[in-house]
Amino acid sequence: MAEMKVAAYICKGCGLGERLDTDALVKVAQKDGKVPMVKTHDFLCNADGVAMIKNDIASEGVTHIMIGACSRRAKTEAFFFPEAAVARANLREGVIWIRPDTEEARETTQDMAEDYIRMGCAEIKAMTAPAGNTNTGTSKTLLVVGGGVTGMTAALEASKTGYPVVLVEKTGQLGGWAGKLWRRVPVHEPFKDPAEPGVADLVSQVLADSNIKVYLNATIAKTEGAPGRFIVEVATESGATHTEDIGAIVQASGFTLYDMHNLPELGAGKSPNVVDQAGLERLAIEAAAKDGVIRRPSDGAPVKSVVFVQCAGQRDPSGKHLAYCSGFCCNASIKQAMYFKDANPDVDTTIIYTDLRTPGNGEDFYRSAQEKGVIFTKGRVAEVVPNGQTATVKFHDLILDDANATVEGVDLVVLATGQVPNSGVNIDALTKPQVEGQEAAGGDQGAVEVKPVSILNLTYRQGPDVPQLKQGFTDSHFICFPYETRRTGIYTAGPVRRPMDIAQARDDATGAALKAIQALENAALGRAAHPRSGDLSFPKVRLEGCTQCKRCTVECPFGAIDEDEKRFPVFNESRCRRCGTCMGACPVRVISFENYSVNSVGAQIKAVDIPDEFSEKPRILILACENDAYPALDMAGMSRNTYSAFVRIIPIRCLGSVNTIWVTDALNAGYDGVMLMGCKSGDEYQCHFVKGSELGRVRLSKIDDTLKTLNLEKERVRDLEVAIADIERLPQMIDKYAAELAAIGPSPFKGF
Amino acid sequence: MSANTQLAAKYRNNFLKEVEEQVEMGDWVKMCMQCGVCSGSCPTNFQNAWEHPPQEIFMMIRAGKREEVLTSPSMWNCTSCYNCIVRCPRKLPITHIMHGLAEYAHRLGLAPKMQPTRFFSGLFWKNATRTGRVNELKLSLGLYFKDGFAQGIKNGLVMKNVALGLMKARRLNPFELFGGHKCRDQKGIQAMLKKAYEIERQRKAAKMA
Repeated sequence: MAEMKVAAYICKGCGLGERLDTDALVKVAQKDGKVPMVKTHDFLCNADGVAMIKNDIASEGVTHIMIGACSRRAKTEAFFFPEAAVARANLREGVIWIRPDTEEARETTQDMAEDYIRMGCAEIKAMTAPAGNTNTGTSKTLLVVGGGVTGMTAALEASKTGYPVVLVEKTGQLGGWAGKLWRRVPVHEPFKDPAEPGVADLVSQVLADSNIKVYLNATIAKTEGAPGRFIVEVATESGATHTEDIGAIVQASGFTLYDMHNLPELGAGKSPNVVDQAGLERLAIEAAAKDGVIRRPSDGAPVKSVVFVQCAGQRDPSGKHLAYCSGFCCNASIKQAMYFKDANPDVDTTIIYTDLRTPGNGEDFYRSAQEKGVIFTKGRVAEVVPNGQTATVKFHDLILDDANATVEGVDLVVLATGQVPNSGVNIDALTKPQVEGQEAAGGDQGAVEVKPVSILNLTYRQGPDVPQLKQGFTDSHFICFPYETRRTGIYTAGPVRRPMDIAQARDDATGAALKAIQALENAALGRAAHPRSGDLSFPKVRLEGCTQCKRCTVECPFGAIDEDEKRFPVFNESRCRRCGTCMGACPVRVISFENYSVNSVGAQIKAVDIPDEFSEKPRILILACENDAYPALDMAGMSRNTYSAFVRIIPIRCLGSVNTIWVTDALNAGYDGVMLMGCKSGDEYQCHFVKGSELGRVRLSKIDDTLKTLNLEKERVRDLEVAIADIERLPQMIDKYAAELAAIGPSPFKGF
Repeated sequence: MSANTQLAAKYRNNFLKEVEEQVEMGDWVKMCMQCGVCSGSCPTNFQNAWEHPPQEIFMMIRAGKREEVLTSPSMWNCTSCYNCIVRCPRKLPITHIMHGLAEYAHRLGLAPKMQPTRFFSGLFWKNATRTGRVNELKLSLGLYFKDGFAQGIKNGLVMKNVALGLMKARRLNPFELFGGHKCRDQKGIQAMLKKAYEIERQRKAAKMA
């Protein structure tokens, strides 16, 4: 490696020159930071300032640059020096903008700026410029698993963008559920009548596309590798397997209708005249082939009266059936009621609902059904009593509060049963440690697991399928990255991700296909995918120090780390999202990134000047998540919301990357308190790395023992859940914590 | 056979269809989506004056509760403020439907006899059509004595000061009680009304057939 040459640049623009003593900052960088080459500039981010830095890189051989100016989130285009390592001391958003411009605040504000310069100088020396991952693959082929509307749309969209596609369908024909529909809910003006499903057209487009290779009656026998270099074995009906080189995967494995036989009280299984929505589609297709009259299955008599039962086995608070709303079934029942009304307006059609939910332009469709004479009754169906060829539907009328309302002489009852995702094996349930004694009591736990067949058969250490979040739907960052699963380069789309209708599934498929293309392109260049898109750093491990404890392989939220036969971790860099959770987990601290390591943060912690206990200048370390907390702090600065001058903030990639050694080091060094700012964890998580903040919190919950051995109060470490919008709240919480610490008194470790 | 039994037989169990065909603006009833904005907007509904607010009446029609709807005093409480029409997201002419239902119930003889609005409407019509002019004195007295002689005297005493004030201001002439003003062409008015009755009778007979 070339000789390290460090240079520090301090900006005087944006009021920094007026508010701070920049000459003193230069001296601090030279003396405490031990950087011989320190320059100031009146306006560092303008063309002249940037040219000065570029010139120093070219002619002076500068390799490491410390910039004392604005936040690392600002002016990223101006301060872009890909050949050099860059550290930023946040003097603008982090110091002058969050401090009042008063005479008495001047001294502590200057202290703050000087510390950030010291920290920046310490950090830059612990870094190298990331060179990028070299273990890359260059396959540009997309694998689409599932040949329904979602899968076919994803395949066509990717093909149109110029990427070859391999489409694998389990059954003997493309089309999925939508292929079994007589008509679909309209998606075009005037949203008044059921429309052609259009699936046949999609199928012929897929089959005619030379860029799409279709396997029918085929499943995925094995998936190994990483984005850009997946090797997928496709097992076909004949028993033969075909090996495909794949760049990225879209999983569109769809849904299964919730089994209506779980609802005997609604007549399912007791009478052939009680069907689910798919059953009615079958009847409608049969009818269309003959005279267009839908007939009841029991005796073939034309249906004169039909009742649709919404939320059958859905939105069930008892836990016996589906707890959620599937979102598509109200529109589907409206459509099916129109099958009857359009053919013969004299057929009585009643839809019994609790809340009619018609997303999209469903409101127009709903109104059209009312105009056609479909009766909508708000009620909760208690029982369907078959009685010869007809049935009686008993329900609680919720508008008239009539518990004994009935519809008599019903020829056909249609149950809207909802979607159950085909998401493969629930790997969390596989790995969840069994609590002793509970195993025997919960003997039926295995019986709940209905789909033990894996979809992707990943050879990953953490399990054969993508992780699930709730109710069997695959995990994805709902707010920010909806298609992104916890397996890099594998994208779920359609009802396997959340309940949805055809229109939503097609949007979903398009989005997932484009994300998959981004992923394989990034992987080929050795760069990270979301949310550190384009990041060239990746975890490096000093295997000679590894104790094979397996914490990194177990904790990695993205299943990026496998194990070799000697149980050493194998890092698949292209699967990695660069969150650093492995680095935070490693008890022997052998995992690091080129520009982010235990040492690069540790050096910053140690660089802060800790005044003695009589100075009344406490020091509080804040480790702030760079995704939400750090931007929120920056925005607090932009809004000029002030907070304590005694805090020193270090951005971290994720709460999961926090190694407890940082906290112990800080407390040993005489900091009065440590505040950790991370995103919300749990089922409603906001963590950009899904599990990072949760794992970080579990790890830090054990810090109390450390505090006890150091004989410190437990208030000295504080975990704060932060959202990006906490611009006002965050400064208040910081000041509150500073006041609490002041009440406890200074740390006894000062001055050692 | 009375009009009521005749119509009930004609529509058997389909009260919604009966309302759609017989009641003015009745074909709108199916379009209600049960949001309840009408009930929430009704200024007369603050103290549960309405046994069944409009959206509930629509639901009862769909549920085939013929007897309950037509004998209900609810729709008679409507003051025609039009708040519900203005606010209905489905643009139902609720006020008109309420009046239509009230008129239909009256026509079938099912409306509650002594419901004040209905009583007053009858009184007003008789009063106005007798001479072509409304005799205010007779009209108010008729309303005072709606619930019997004793109650009528009580009502009169309550309004005594108002009446005396009106007399002082020469806005009330007690001699109007004997005869009172009349329109000039009495014969013409009666002929006109007769013709109007005839047209209305024909129209309804055609509907009921």
